[in-house]
Amino acid sequence: MTTPQNLKYTKSHEWVRTEADGTVTVGITFHAQEQLGDVVFVQNPQPGRKVKQGEECAVIESVKAAADIYAPVTGEVIAANHDVADHPERVNQDPYAAWMFRIRPGDPTELAGLLDAAAYQQLAESEKH
Amino acid sequence: MLAAIGVDSIERLFDEIPRELRTGELGGLPPALSEMAAMRLMRERAERDGAWLNFIGAGAYEHHIPAAVWQIASRGELYSAYTPYQAEASQGTLQTLYEYQSMMASLTALDVTNASLYDGASALAEAVLMAVRCHNSARRVLMPASVHPVWRRVARTLVRNQGIELVEVPYSAEGGHTDPQSLERYAGKDYAALVIPQPNFFGVIEPVDELTDWAHASGALAIAVVNPTALALLRPPGEWGGAGADIAVGDGQPLGVPLASGGPYFGFMACRRDLVRQMPGRIVGATVDTEGRPGYVLTLQAREQHIRRSKATSNICTNQGLMVTAATLHMALLGPEGLARVARACHANTLKLVSALTAIGGVTRVFGGALFHEAVLRLPVPVAPALRALRAQGILGGLDLKPDFPELGHALLVCATETKSDEDLARYADHLARIVGKRPRAAARALKPGT
Amino acid sequence: MLIFERSRPGRRSAAQSPAARAATGEIPQRHLRTRPPRLPEVSELDVVRHYTGLSQKNYSIDTHFYPLGSCTMKYNPRACNAAALLPQFTDRHPAAPDDTGQGFLACVHELQEMLREVTGMAQVSLAPMAGAQGEFAGVAMIRAYHDSRGDTQRREILVPDAAHGTNPASAVMCGYSVREIATDADGNVELAALRAAVGPRTAGLMLTNPSTLGVFEHSILEIERIVHEAGGLLYYDGANLNAILGMVKPGDMGFDVIHINLHKTFSTPHGGGGPGAGPVGVNAKLAPFLPLPLVAGPDGEYRLLAEADRPLSIGRLGAHLGNGGVLLRAYVYMRMLGADGMRRVAEFSTLNANYLMVELQRAGFEVAFPRRRASHEFILTLRRLKEETGVAAMDVAKRLLDKGFHAPTAYFPLLVPECLLIEPTETESKQTLDAFVIAMKEILREARENPALVKSAPHETPVRRLDDVKAARELNLAWSGR
Repeated sequence: MTTPQNLKYTKSHEWVRTEADGTVTVGITFHAQEQLGDVVFVQNPQPGRKVKQGEECAVIESVKAAADIYAPVTGEVIAANHDVADHPERVNQDPYAAWMFRIRPGDPTELAGLLDAAAYQQLAESEKH
Repeated sequence: MLAAIGVDSIERLFDEIPRELRTGELGGLPPALSEMAAMRLMRERAERDGAWLNFIGAGAYEHHIPAAVWQIASRGELYSAYTPYQAEASQGTLQTLYEYQSMMASLTALDVTNASLYDGASALAEAVLMAVRCHNSARRVLMPASVHPVWRRVARTLVRNQGIELVEVPYSAEGGHTDPQSLERYAGKDYAALVIPQPNFFGVIEPVDELTDWAHASGALAIAVVNPTALALLRPPGEWGGAGADIAVGDGQPLGVPLASGGPYFGFMACRRDLVRQMPGRIVGATVDTEGRPGYVLTLQAREQHIRRSKATSNICTNQGLMVTAATLHMALLGPEGLARVARACHANTLKLVSALTAIGGVTRVFGGALFHEAVLRLPVPVAPALRALRAQGILGGLDLKPDFPELGHALLVCATETKSDEDLARYADHLARIVGKRPRAAARALKPGT
Repeated sequence: MLIFERSRPGRRSAAQSPAARAATGEIPQRHLRTRPPRLPEVSELDVVRHYTGLSQKNYSIDTHFYPLGSCTMKYNPRACNAAALLPQFTDRHPAAPDDTGQGFLACVHELQEMLREVTGMAQVSLAPMAGAQGEFAGVAMIRAYHDSRGDTQRREILVPDAAHGTNPASAVMCGYSVREIATDADGNVELAALRAAVGPRTAGLMLTNPSTLGVFEHSILEIERIVHEAGGLLYYDGANLNAILGMVKPGDMGFDVIHINLHKTFSTPHGGGGPGAGPVGVNAKLAPFLPLPLVAGPDGEYRLLAEADRPLSIGRLGAHLGNGGVLLRAYVYMRMLGADGMRRVAEFSTLNANYLMVELQRAGFEVAFPRRRASHEFILTLRRLKEETGVAAMDVAKRLLDKGFHAPTAYFPLLVPECLLIEPTETESKQTLDAFVIAMKEILREARENPALVKSAPHETPVRRLDDVKAARELNLAWSGR
């Protein structure tokens, strides 16, 4: 399963999971890590930072590329995953477990505008060719 | 070859260029010279420049360069290779750079260094940009007036288009250093860094511990600007104050690079490990090959322009590689003891020169602060004509400070490295005494051989 | 083995430093270093043998064909080096007055004038120390020009998507934002995209011509018109000037500002990564903004111009007059070539590139822009080979090392998949080019018959393929212990 059905997605290849408490968890997709190759560095935003939808807020680097990670929704960063910063290889091993940061959304209506799994799958396929 | 391509002339290969643009006539160029004629021309030109007894420092220093340095660095395998992107075909260059980085890290007592920047002045600018990237909000950096005035101008040129302001910190008129107390007026404001030269442009030793601690207490980084020769003798930036300086930069020219009218030299930059991803320029890392043997590669390339493009830490691509090869050879040939002896000899010679020149009536030392291998002297007469008169005797007597520091009066910056003999110092003192119209006192005469 | 591992306590190369250990004089105790730096303790022979051995692990122009696209790895004549190393040149202090350097200044002034002639620009400054610094200076002049006219809304630089990474990075260092312009199927700038992008925010367009795709920009005159009519300026990245020396001048193509890579076109050595030199040339309207110092002459007395002479200058880029020793080498090279030699550079580098392109096409390789002439370089795309065999451009590049050739540039420009950018230069003979074609043919056969052999290359180099993931994840940037 490279595009889990229960997640939402962005055009810039982040996955987004809504938690029970209304916060959202963010990582990068299987397709994104495949394009990057071996991830060697993850830089997460500081908890407490206010972000706008589409704002650059994290960076993932491989040996030959670097990708900016964009906030999928507006809100406040409430947590960052230190484990993935210490072990960047986890992004390749299991991108959907290797979450990067959590946001408390300021505008819940933004979530509805994200892609569902089918739409994202289509986008990822089109980029491969 | 033309038949293989399927054209009847070389000219046809340029047929995609619009005809109206084919105007490349080079009538203004002189005709070709044979190697013999070119070398003859160059020897004549070189002879016009002559040979001088030089007492100028001011950021570029005359040192003995072991013969082996350039004999090895000029080997075609080093001289005519390029950036080691194909690591397996470039282990010579890569291992040399790794050894250089190791030597430089130890010399500065910081964790990591890059593989070079263009020169010391542009390295200072890059350090300013790096400090601003590391800071959450500030776009201002404190820049003491005791930093080389040209380096300050270069830094301004290279950072100002990004809206970064360099705020000048005055120097102490008595000591010639930055007075930590004078920094109080900047307290409580947002600065990304304080620049700390050691020794400073005047040759004076700065109170680096107090300045470093002040920077850190103010939420700013401490950027050290250091001379690599001095580092063999003076406490290194990584050991300044309670926590050490965060970034160190300087010009590597004193490490085996000839003066050559100003270049090519190389800039070095070292920093704390946690800042390495903000460092500009190439960096070499150790790794292993598929059989587990040690090897070296360019690493952290995602910082650089060929990958990060508009978001790179700098636009630098080509650096000063061959100069770094020479510096590595130079440091290896001198070793810790040799480099310390050079530094001590420079210091001792400059003290001797200062004592010989200030023995001349009316010549005084301007600053009270301890010096390394340069000093500011005040003459009883204007400096420019005095220097001209010394030139007539084959002596370059130092740098006239009037253009950059008119407040210092008839001030002259002098330097005597390990290359100067007692006879050289005495010759300078004799001529200067005659030029300013005073007899040297005993101290100067004491330098003469046989007395 | 590292030089540190050859170190033995107390061993020295005693002749290289002062015989005595002088006193620390007036330096206060608290400022003295307490632990010596960890430099190696070795003899002169240790040093000479160690670094001679290391040098032998390098591929270089002097030892191998080095067709590294975009880098112009041509032979560096030895006379250029010998002349620059004459002792009066190497020993001169940069702050020594101009009257002690008339020989040096005469050379660099003539260089300045010759570069003016070959580029068709009004004035040249030798100050920038590398191509990227030339780019910075060029874009900073564009900004100074617009600002001097009060035209401060122009804050965007356009670059083709195939441009060198230095172009966008230099624009950002000048405080500009960057917009990329698409390339069409034949490697030209897409004119419709350019027309849509220009406007009142356009400060300028940075263009390499011949482009990084190895072809001459057909529509250069139309591009020039579009950019200038929008009020922008045109920047020429001189990375590929070698291909058009004596054929076309950037000034005649309508460029306002250019930089030149002396370490490419004018054959100064690449030195394992540098030093280079990146002089900038401008037309009359940008001349007041040129970086300092400039060399004035030649009425019998040469001198360096400073801030007082050029109050509108963007300023200084380094402490002195650029990379002087590099300038001297380029000067000697140009004098030994003269006008006819200069034109032969363009002719033979273009001939070599087109011959190699055709021969490799015959050998079964796919050319990225088959409808175009090569400039002095061209691109192969190995996309089909990768689909058929799994062998990638990087594998072919590594296998070439086993065959005794340095690899071409791989994976640049990024928009051509699995690409090799090949630049043979004018100094290689037909025999060398033919040998390269034979090696490439062999690799093509190996890729089909035994792809694992190619994918695990190189086999014959001092080390096998290196683990750059480990290097980046477990940073080891300095030797840490005995």
